[in-house]
Amino acid sequence: MPTDRALGRRGKAMQISPQEFKPQARAALKDATLQQALGRAKVGFTEKRRKGVEHFDDFEALRERGRRIRDHALNHMDEYLERLESMVQAAGGQVHWARDDAEARDIILGLCQQRQARRVTKSKSMITEEIALNPALERAGMDVVETDLGEYIIQLAKEPPSHIIGPAIHKTRQQISELFDTYHHQGALKAKLREIPELVTEAREVLRDKFLSADVGITGANFLVAETGSIVLVTNEGNADLTHTLPGMHISVAGIDKVVPTLEDATTLLRLLGRSATGQEMSCYTTFVTGPRRTDDPDGPEEFHLVLLDNGRSRMLSGPYRDMLRCIRCAACMNHCPVYGAIGGHAYGWVYPGPMGSVLTPLFVGLENARDLPHACTLNGRCATVCPVKIPLPDLLRQLRSDQFRQDIVDRRTRLGLRVWGYLARQPRLYSLATRVGSRLLRILGGRRGRLSRLPLAGGWTSGRDFPAPQGARFRDQWKKRQQQRRQA
Amino acid sequence: MAAAELLERAGYRVEVPEGQTCCGQPAWNSGDEEQARELARQAIHQLREFDHVVVPSGSCAATMICHYPTLLAGDREWQDAAYDLARRTRELTAFLAEASVEPTETPARFPGKVTYHDSCSGLRQLTIHDQPRQLLQRVEGLTLQEMEDTEVCCGFGGTFCIKYPEISEHMVSDKVERIQESGARAVLGGDLGCLMNIAGRMQRLGVPVKAYHVAEVLAGHADGPGIGEKG
Repeated sequence: MPTDRALGRRGKAMQISPQEFKPQARAALKDATLQQALGRAKVGFTEKRRKGVEHFDDFEALRERGRRIRDHALNHMDEYLERLESMVQAAGGQVHWARDDAEARDIILGLCQQRQARRVTKSKSMITEEIALNPALERAGMDVVETDLGEYIIQLAKEPPSHIIGPAIHKTRQQISELFDTYHHQGALKAKLREIPELVTEAREVLRDKFLSADVGITGANFLVAETGSIVLVTNEGNADLTHTLPGMHISVAGIDKVVPTLEDATTLLRLLGRSATGQEMSCYTTFVTGPRRTDDPDGPEEFHLVLLDNGRSRMLSGPYRDMLRCIRCAACMNHCPVYGAIGGHAYGWVYPGPMGSVLTPLFVGLENARDLPHACTLNGRCATVCPVKIPLPDLLRQLRSDQFRQDIVDRRTRLGLRVWGYLARQPRLYSLATRVGSRLLRILGGRRGRLSRLPLAGGWTSGRDFPAPQGARFRDQWKKRQQQRRQA
Repeated sequence: MAAAELLERAGYRVEVPEGQTCCGQPAWNSGDEEQARELARQAIHQLREFDHVVVPSGSCAATMICHYPTLLAGDREWQDAAYDLARRTRELTAFLAEASVEPTETPARFPGKVTYHDSCSGLRQLTIHDQPRQLLQRVEGLTLQEMEDTEVCCGFGGTFCIKYPEISEHMVSDKVERIQESGARAVLGGDLGCLMNIAGRMQRLGVPVKAYHVAEVLAGHADGPGIGEKG
């Protein structure tokens, strides 16, 4: 379980946490700029995936292959991790095992200090968010520079990512123009709205100097290939390649769940990843990194370190949430989630948002620290139909609800309501009486309009909706009368 | 009533067991497995004698077909009975489409444009998509105008709409916009929860589109007030 430092409270400008889901979601719904940004993003991602999948012959068969590869890798994780370690070492790299986020931070910090690093470049990595790496390095006096454009933007804004592949998806062009004006031009442009290519070029120029002067480059890993000891890096900007080839030391941080047996397996998963994430057949840059620079290599780092993080994953492996470890972090689930589409990623309050986050966050930070997340879902199931490795996300969320119920992490009103309703539902006569009384009452309350705009105990419903009053007699009564009339006829 | 009539017209004898209450879905989705199991056993017992169990709601049908066997897995006494009930149970439009009985009486009429909301449970757990559309083709005067995002959740989600009313309202507002854009005069669906949610939002906003259960239109009962209108 992550230590307090990694739990929420990241960034100075934003104080967010999974316990505060409800107020954070309410604020997000009222944030007109955020709603504008989300509206555009939602359509973009789903459309792109739809086209990407359409152009593939049998995507369903590919999903099934992906699921099997991930399941097999998880079933034999210990063997493949040992193989991976020996292959990384054979290629001249070092492997470090971290039990939790604190250990991972210490290992990475130690490596950077050993290298006397002043500047560290990073390519986008969710796992370094999970272990809250940047603040730890900054406290040690290092200049940490995010090099993915989206990550760079939110680093300037002092915000955490709101999406696992589009970290700044919640930002509009106006907001980015303002940020760049503040940090690159000291406000000289008076927050003028600028064109996208202009903004991109400016960021590239600023980042180029950082790349060239970095002492350590830190990346994540999309997959770890056991048979060759390679890590796979996928980007659309090429920033991961500049991050790991230019400095003297490359540190890759990855969850132990990222291991796959062979190169062949990795390529199958890459076909799924690009299409599910952005509808691309392949992302613009796909790199297989095997160890540090070899003697005849023209470039590359002198040292290569792979930090393998458990942080609760081996516990997940042995319980009912094992399927979640198949996740390849494509973000299709959140792109197709109507709840994510309404509130964006920050409301979820921790590193991983949307459906995959609503399963992972309670498992990482504890059920009692993320009470709302398993419930903030209509169980509509759209996420599961687009998941490239067929994770049954709604079933896992329902399982978390059961765990909460058993551990009594349920608010009293819900428990009481369930108990009363359940008691009635098990006594057919009483149930019938209750529905008869209830339906009469609603009809009286509904009055001439035939509907209610306020309803006791259901303010949640009637704050934005009318509630229909029953029309005429109950079905049961109508049915009984009809059957009697038939018998008489 | 419309559902029962449709089944009778298709040549079936319909019974409504007095002792049935709820399928237990609210308990199951709230994490109260024990209560859900008890209600599942009760429903299985009540419905044990029937050749077919037809349910005019996708989410209740999905609970019985997809989730009872999971809930009672490992329960020696009830596991087989759960599978047996699942085998006999169908959602209404799926049953009618499979039965494919030629309509003997004069077909229903519903002049004008309608749009269809695919309720999530029916769509994704029971693959109900074509069946209601196929049945609606037999209704005289009716044209089906599909809306954008017909397969996107309306924001009902059982207790979700009470627990997170603001998010739910945002979602149902999107849905109502899509319905209005379609230009339909009525929205049809196969799940009452979704229909109440959509109708309730439309009425609050004063949107002049009616909401009906698809069975009402198929049975020719949709000449009266829609859901949430004065009966």
